[in-house]
Amino acid sequence: MSPSKRPEPVQIVKQRRDAALNALVHGVPYIKFLGIEFDRRGDELTAVLPFSEKLIGNPFLPAIHGGVTAAFLEVTAIIGLSWAYLWDDIESGKFDAERLVSGDLPLLPKTIDFTVDYLRSGLPRDAYARAQINRSGRRYASVHVEAWQDNRHRAFAQGTGHFLMPQSNG
Amino acid sequence: MAADKTTIAKQFISAIPHAKALGMEFTKIESGVAEMRMPYDERFVGDPKTGVIHGGAVSALLDTTCGAAVMSHPKAPGGTATIDLRIDYMRAATPGQALRTRAHCYRITKNVAFVRAEALDDDDEVPVATAAGAFTVEGLTQ
Repeated sequence: MSPSKRPEPVQIVKQRRDAALNALVHGVPYIKFLGIEFDRRGDELTAVLPFSEKLIGNPFLPAIHGGVTAAFLEVTAIIGLSWAYLWDDIESGKFDAERLVSGDLPLLPKTIDFTVDYLRSGLPRDAYARAQINRSGRRYASVHVEAWQDNRHRAFAQGTGHFLMPQSNG
Repeated sequence: MAADKTTIAKQFISAIPHAKALGMEFTKIESGVAEMRMPYDERFVGDPKTGVIHGGAVSALLDTTCGAAVMSHPKAPGGTATIDLRIDYMRAATPGQALRTRAHCYRITKNVAFVRAEALDDDDEVPVATAAGAFTVEGLTQ
């Protein structure tokens, strides 16, 4: 039995993962515009959309704009897919977060189509979402996203999208 | 009557905070057909490398235009909410160009309105995206 490599210190691992996630999320102006952030536990991501007045679509109820909900789900799907796609490179240290911060973003998956089911109206409070990758091929991926507010088991919207994966070389 | 409904729909949509935040404006709204415009804005970019607008912003514009088309339909009592919306992205929107959307509420029943829409930039030939959705039919205030 060959001696196994000593695991890296936890801080180093966390720092590398968080730097990669930050670079990925904060490099996109529209994600910043909506105010979406991501919580990370190991490789699991939870998207967080803090409530703000500018997200309102129906001032009488009031309710979050359906377009905001769609955008929130789509952002969660794209970041979730990119995160899974880049994970091995992040773990090996091949992925250079410093380069990302300077604006050199990796190629991201492109949305082919996205369908949103509106299950109940989005309340004027924070929303959360998680993506599940149901298929991830070399060219195409299928991702399902659920978004909830107060109660994890009462989703207010769900979406399914198909994505074209970045092609490294032709 | 139809003119009143158009005015109400226009006022209602213009009062939406998120429509204002994205800089959306009406170019036409009449009997189940709505057209809107959203100027290019760097804050809505999804890919900083190319400056292409994020699909989410395109979705928000299409959703709003579809809702307006429902509200302006002669047979609609006034209010609506999205049940589901599917968007197909044909190509990236050209950076620097405004997006124009057109939605048509082509069928309305007592409870459901069916809408189709498309989004264009300066190129009229190939749409940036198309949308198809189902919307609720309800009163203006609940």
